[in-house]
Amino acid sequence: MTVPVTSARAVRGGTGKPLLSIRDFKVEYRTGSGTTVQAVRGVDLDLYPGESLALVGESGCGKTTFGLGLLRLLPRLGHASGQVTFNRGDGTEIDVLGLDGRDLRQFRWRDAAMVFQGAMNAFNPVLKIRGHMHDTMRAHTKATKQEIEERAAELLRLVRLEPERVMDSYPHELSGGMRQRVLIAMSLLLEPEVLILDEPTTALDILTQRSVVDVLHEVRERLGFSMIFISHDLSLAAELADRVATMYAGRIIETGGVRDMFYKPRHPYTLGLIKAVPPIVGDLPDLESIPGGPPSLAALPTGCSFHPRCKFATDECQEVDPPLIPITDEPGDAHDVACIHSDQVHLERRTAS
Amino acid sequence: MTAVDETPAVQDASGKPLMTLDGVSQVFDTKAGPIRAVDQANLSINPGEVLCLVGESGSGKTTAARMAAGLTRPSSGQVMFDGTDIWSLKKRDFRDFRRSVQYVHQDPYASLNPTRTIQQTLTAPLLKHGVVKGKQAAAERAYELLTKVDLTPPENYLSKYPHQLSGGQRQRVAVARALTLDPKIIIADESTSMLDVSIRISVLAMLGRLRDELGVGFLFITHDLAIAKYFGWRGRTAVMYLGRIVEFGPTPRIINAPTHPYTRALIDAIPEPDPDLTRTKNAESLRSLEIPSLAHLPPGCAFHPRCGRFEDGLCDGDVPQLIQVRPGQSAACHVVARDGADEPAA
Ligand SMILES: Nc1ncnc2c1ncn2[C@@H]1O[C@H](COP(=O)(O)OP(=O)(O)OP(=O)(O)O)[C@@H](O)[C@H]1O
Ligand SMILES: Nc1ncnc2c1ncn2[C@@H]1O[C@H](COP(=O)(O)OP(=O)(O)OP(=O)(O)O)[C@@H](O)[C@H]1O
Ligand code: SF4
Ligand code: SF4
Ligand SMILES: [Mg+2]
Ligand SMILES: [Mg+2]
Repeated sequence: MTVPVTSARAVRGGTGKPLLSIRDFKVEYRTGSGTTVQAVRGVDLDLYPGESLALVGESGCGKTTFGLGLLRLLPRLGHASGQVTFNRGDGTEIDVLGLDGRDLRQFRWRDAAMVFQGAMNAFNPVLKIRGHMHDTMRAHTKATKQEIEERAAELLRLVRLEPERVMDSYPHELSGGMRQRVLIAMSLLLEPEVLILDEPTTALDILTQRSVVDVLHEVRERLGFSMIFISHDLSLAAELADRVATMYAGRIIETGGVRDMFYKPRHPYTLGLIKAVPPIVGDLPDLESIPGGPPSLAALPTGCSFHPRCKFATDECQEVDPPLIPITDEPGDAHDVACIHSDQVHLERRTAS
Repeated sequence: MTAVDETPAVQDASGKPLMTLDGVSQVFDTKAGPIRAVDQANLSINPGEVLCLVGESGSGKTTAARMAAGLTRPSSGQVMFDGTDIWSLKKRDFRDFRRSVQYVHQDPYASLNPTRTIQQTLTAPLLKHGVVKGKQAAAERAYELLTKVDLTPPENYLSKYPHQLSGGQRQRVAVARALTLDPKIIIADESTSMLDVSIRISVLAMLGRLRDELGVGFLFITHDLAIAKYFGWRGRTAVMYLGRIVEFGPTPRIINAPTHPYTRALIDAIPEPDPDLTRTKNAESLRSLEIPSLAHLPPGCAFHPRCGRFEDGLCDGDVPQLIQVRPGQSAACHVVARDGADEPAA
């Protein structure tokens, strides 16, 4: 039940049912002295089969927390609430936040898998890659040794690694880019329908980063899974996403097709992020920065939490916290924005003279 | 012949570079044997100029920068400042040199003393080096420096500790501290890599103003070519690979008309913040992703096991020298040397 991965854009309200349907999703962390902070503050989002969704935003806006919360991988002091429904290919509906025990373990690798930020920590340093592959498969399937070897080799080849060499290596014997590709292969062992990648190329050198990006393009074309990838790198989103969601202070403040988001952003924050990214082609770009920094979760501004940094802000923005609402009726062109002045927001592409 | 000598077009008006690295090498002894982390590099920085040093991790950028700052002594070659070899300076003059060249690190959190307020961080070097007389004057100067790095109003920051500031604010404090001693050159080693896009651009804008208003020269180190392009557009860029400078020239030429296959591969690999553009970009082909170890460098051109234009017998023979391929632009590649710089990408 996958749609062609080449489809440029998600079809919302179309015939397809979302694979993952997220409503009023919140994550709270308990901090010292009995207080809590809300790191994800009510997210509504649908992920469609075969779709690649980029989640972008500045450091601390809640991207990792969101991913961990979806897969129920939060640390003990974190708590997720709301509604997360996973529609399995076979028609069953799963209430993700209600899962426990065996069902939860089952969900985690077979339905959805995550590649974490910081590739090294995800490995057991004294276990060879072969051991990692076998442990993962044995914990979830009754596959024979032979079957595991074959499946692992197939996936390693898919991410352009030589199984003969890699299977017998310890994690530290591999380069950062190789480890990241091994993790991608491992996450795909049980054929999940959703893959969540947290900063999959951050900290990799540019040529290595390119190889990981190319590998992601390829495996997705072959296997047709959906993906949510988390990144602070907007260029990576431009390259890999069908749809982009911008997160700010624990909320999604704009989401739309990748071309709409980059050519016609309608939230001042998305606009600001795009204007701050230096392109590599062309003459000297005229960049602009967003003043100030993200607010502290413990002391969020009233009304729209972006207002202290927003050059479109009016008095009204300090009072109303705008909901995420659709700004287009065109079918298949879902573009939602949480800003009361979105009609004034336009991107002009310029270069400095 | 040094790359510096071959680029008269970009010398400043006085014609005299402030700092020159003249054939400098740095050899480290490691378990795997001696490695040449920097091999015979020639570079120069003119007053108020930005010189960018780019390359992948381990290419030798920090090692070169540490030699430029006088933090380590080259195994061979000379670091000249104001026309004098810095390692021939008398103790006192060497100290003056060290004040003139300030190093700003990647992680300001690690380089700022956590137990000192911002005011203490800034006044300590001022008083220690006698730049100003008395606490009152030092406090006034600290106030002024915070204004220069856009931490305004300064009274909001003076009594804070590093942990109370954001990453971008800490990096501004690190720059303010570097400015306490009126440096002529700031070495910025990945100084903005840990910052978010938007904050990075505002820190770079601040640094650009210092360059223009105070005439400070920069040795600007980054693995991000788009950042080198943005900050160093009016300066020059050197691309390093495994300890060697493989291409060198005015930044716009390096970015928009690179000639060395390695530079081309780097530029092509960078995604664009534009969906249509980034998906239609052609990439320089590579034969391998593995970066060879410095302890076992491939013979001839060190890039040859990865290079898509490798030619048997040519590329694995002699080490290619950095030679002029266009006015002001030089590259170390046998094929470019033979075919000329303007051959289209293979
Ligand atoms: N275990 C925790 N306890 C308390 N607060 C936390 C915890 N983990 C994260 N936070 C807070 O939640 C917020 C969101 O953090 P998160 O790591 O999800 O952000 P992010 O968008 O992934 O940032 P980055 O781009 O830096 O990875 C931050 O303010 C962070 O300080
Ligand atoms: N003190 C040292 N002893 C031994 N080897 C060293 C030492 N310092 C650096 N090296 C080695 O020299 C080479 C160049 O390192 P350097 O730190 O200059 O690279 P870089 O270009 O700054 O990389 P990065 O982008 O990761 O900062 C690397 O192989 C490194 O391991
Ligand atoms: S609602 Fe107001 S403050 Fe918020 S983004 Fe829109 S214009 Fe800016
Ligand atoms: S010398 Fe040969 S191997 Fe080296 S960069 Fe040039 S073409 Fe490639
Ligand atoms: Mg994160
Ligand atoms: Mg370095």
